[in-house]
Parts: sequence; structure tokens; C-alpha cells
Amino acid sequence: MAEIRYTKDHEWVRLEEDGTLTIGITDHAQEALGDIVFVELPAVDREVAEGESCATVESTKAANDVFAPLAGRIAEVNEAIVEDPGLINRDPAGEGWFWRMEPEDDAQFEQLLDEESYEAFLETL
Amino acid sequence: MKLSPLDTLHRRLGGRMVGFAGWSLPVQYEGALAEHRAARTQAALFDVSHMGQVTLRVTAGEIETLVPGDIAGLAPGRQRYTLLLNEAGGILDDVMVAHWPDGFVMIVNAARAAADLAHLRQAFGDAAVEHGEGRALLALQGPEAAAVMARHAPAAVALPFLGLAEVAIAGVACRVSRSGYTGEDGFEIACAGEGAVAVAEALLAEPEVLPAGLAARDTLRLEAGLCLYGNDIDEVTTPVEAGLAWTIGKRRRAARDFPGAEPIADQLAQGAPRCRVGLRPEGRAIARGGAAIAAPDGSEAGIVTSGGFAPSLGGPIAMGYVRRDLAVPGTALGIEVRGQRLPAQVVALPFVPHRFAR
Repeated sequence: MAEIRYTKDHEWVRLEEDGTLTIGITDHAQEALGDIVFVELPAVDREVAEGESCATVESTKAANDVFAPLAGRIAEVNEAIVEDPGLINRDPAGEGWFWRMEPEDDAQFEQLLDEESYEAFLETL
Repeated sequence: MKLSPLDTLHRRLGGRMVGFAGWSLPVQYEGALAEHRAARTQAALFDVSHMGQVTLRVTAGEIETLVPGDIAGLAPGRQRYTLLLNEAGGILDDVMVAHWPDGFVMIVNAARAAADLAHLRQAFGDAAVEHGEGRALLALQGPEAAAVMARHAPAAVALPFLGLAEVAIAGVACRVSRSGYTGEDGFEIACAGEGAVAVAEALLAEPEVLPAGLAARDTLRLEAGLCLYGNDIDEVTTPVEAGLAWTIGKRRRAARDFPGAEPIADQLAQGAPRCRVGLRPEGRAIARGGAAIAAPDGSEAGIVTSGGFAPSLGGPIAMGYVRRDLAVPGTALGIEVRGQRLPAQVVALPFVPHRFAR
């Protein structure tokens, strides 16, 4: 099982076997956004800082930023969600992933929230 | 936060409640896209109890002192869209005026209710203006709305567009108009707050009807090219600029006897400096209210006032104001979205043809 961490911005971050990280938004996030109708993804190879806005998701009501959970280089983006933004609503933790990145500092991943901490954070909202 | 008479029903149906113009209302239930499609293909039920229902114990002539519409010519049993105007010709609110057998009822926007009431009371006196607080207003909208209504209040189905009838639904006395804010055929149903849940439940029990929230209401009205007060029209927008000069009665136009008649007559004669237009951005990015519009030469052309995803068209649409010379359908413009200039084309309104009853 790949290890998955979370952010307080409601993103999930999965550590892949090759050391890259796959990023998406959580079920809680897609539920809160409602029907997603547009996605803008970052350019491949873009270097991003931690907390930098990388993607935009628009629901029927508003635009929201998706932030880089940590610094690194964008390695791949999921064009399928650009073609069919509803994928994010239907399968946020799977087919609805946003981008894959190479982290600048591997140790940063460990500092993200584990599932238990994220669940506990959701309880406080 | 004010609560609709249907508040507990919304929560029971899983509505996601949000604040809107001081009211707690559902932005959506299951999903805004499905709710939008229900209104376009079957029927959707909206709670619009936040809108103010104001009984006016005045003559048609007195109402005409505040609006440019032909109210004297409004037959009993009919309602009409009109505008409360200020002396500069700016729009204080866009309203419906219904002529019931016992007098006039004005339906006003929630965000403008307090200002409108003050304006109406100043003009007509406190005793002549009664705010129907606690009353409910529902909107049943969609191509199947008439078939649904036929099972509950057949008399309402005989109404023409903008006709009025007093009927009973689920044993509750209702005042129904053939109208709405979606571009579809449908009914707006006013009743006492206590009866609202029974009426809503009776309509929602019909297989064609889905409850719908504010998000679908907004995408539907935008596709229909209808103005949202506060976004597309406001106190510094005139009916001519907004493309609402059709609401000015012929007799009224000649008599120039409404607020702002002179500046409006000037704009009618010379053309307004800016005009409300429909815009189709290329691609999928959504231009929302506040986005700047650029002319082909890069100069400032205007501003987007409403924008969003159009579920019926599968892409983004917007309305906004542009310089008159750029307001011709087919004109290529640019809209600034997140630092990029999206190509967009001026198009005729509405985006989706109206399908009102005849």
C-alpha cells in the first residue's frame, strides 16, 4: 500500500514507489465544492514552492485554488480531469488525481498529516 | 439569518445551506448540475421565499410614479416585469407587479427588500405598504411543470404566460402566476408560511420534480440571459444600458412621466454609452463577475457582471457591459481571467432560447 498523507487544504498526497508524489483533492473537498465543471492544471516541469497555487477548480458556483503541498517540480498532469472534470467528483482519490510532482526535499512528505490527523482535523471544522 | 418557512424541509432533503441576502437557503441538494438539468428537461422546485411580497394599497397611477411600466394597462389577473427607478434613471430594483382582484402585489429582490420598502413607504405612506413577512414563494419550473400542476391545480395550467390564478394545492390556498426565472415554462406559487411545507411536499412527491437550489437557479437564469440585481443591474445602470428598455410602456415613453425619464429619453434617442451583452469565452475557463473586458486593440471595453458554466451548452458563458461600438454580436473581445486574456465573442441573448407558455 502506497503511503498517503493529507493537508489542511484538503489535498491528498500519495508517495509512489519511484519517490514521486501524486496529488489530488479529498472526498471532503469535492463534496464541499459541488459539481466541478472546469480545471486548470499547472504546466509540466514548472517548479513550485510550498503553498503556491498550482491548479484552479471551478464548481458551478465558485473558483478555488489547489496549492502545492510541498516544493518541487511538476512531473505529470492528469489531462483526463480537464476533459471530464466530473471525474474529480466521482473518484477523487483515484481517477480524479491532479498532478504528479518530484519533491525538492523527500523529508517534507513525512511532515504532512497522516490519515488519523486529517480525520481529526475534519472533526474540528 | 432569516429562515424560510421551508427551512426544516431543506435540511431534511439534504440541502447545503448557505447565506444569501441575509437568508439561509440551500445552494444545492444532491448536485447543481442535475438540478439544472431537471429544470431544463423535467421540472425543478425552488424555494424563493426570500423574495419580498409587498401588497400595495394604491392605484395603478400611483405605482406608475415609481416605475416606467404600463401599470394602468395591466389587466386584473396579469403580472408584469418592471423597474423601480431613481431620478437619474438608475435601477433601484427589478420587480414583478401582479394585479390581483383585490389590488397590487409587488415581488421584490431579497437584497433590496428593506430599501424598496422604505422607498415605497415614503411614496405611498406606511399604511398603504404591507410586507408579507413569513409568506412562502415557490417556483416550479420546467417543461413538465404544467403536467405536474395539472394534477394539483388544473386552473393554473390554463393560464397564459404572466397570468395569475387563486388555487388550492394540497388544501392550501395559493396565488399562482405563470412565470419564473429560468427561461422555462413554470409557475410561481405564493402561500402562507404555514402551508408551504404541504405545498412543497405535494409537488416534490411527483416523479418529475427535483428540489433545486440557488446554484441551479443562477446557472438557469444566466443561460436565459436574465439579470441578477446587484450583478447585472444596479443603481447606476439604466434600463437602456441593461437592454431593458422594452419594459418602458409606449404611453410612458411618450409622456416621460416616470423617474429618470429625461436621461432615459436621451439615451433612447442617442444610444447608451455601454450595453449589456452576452459573451461566449473560447475554451473552458470561466470568466466571473468583475473580470475586465478588452477591445481588439487592447483598450478597455467593459466588465463582466455575471459568468459561469452553462450546463446546457457544456461551456462557459458570461454577461457584461461593453462600449456601444463593441456590442454587436460577432465582435471578438478578450476577458482577463487570472492574468490571461481569454478570447470571447459577443453573442445575442438569451444563450438558451426561452420556452415560456404562450
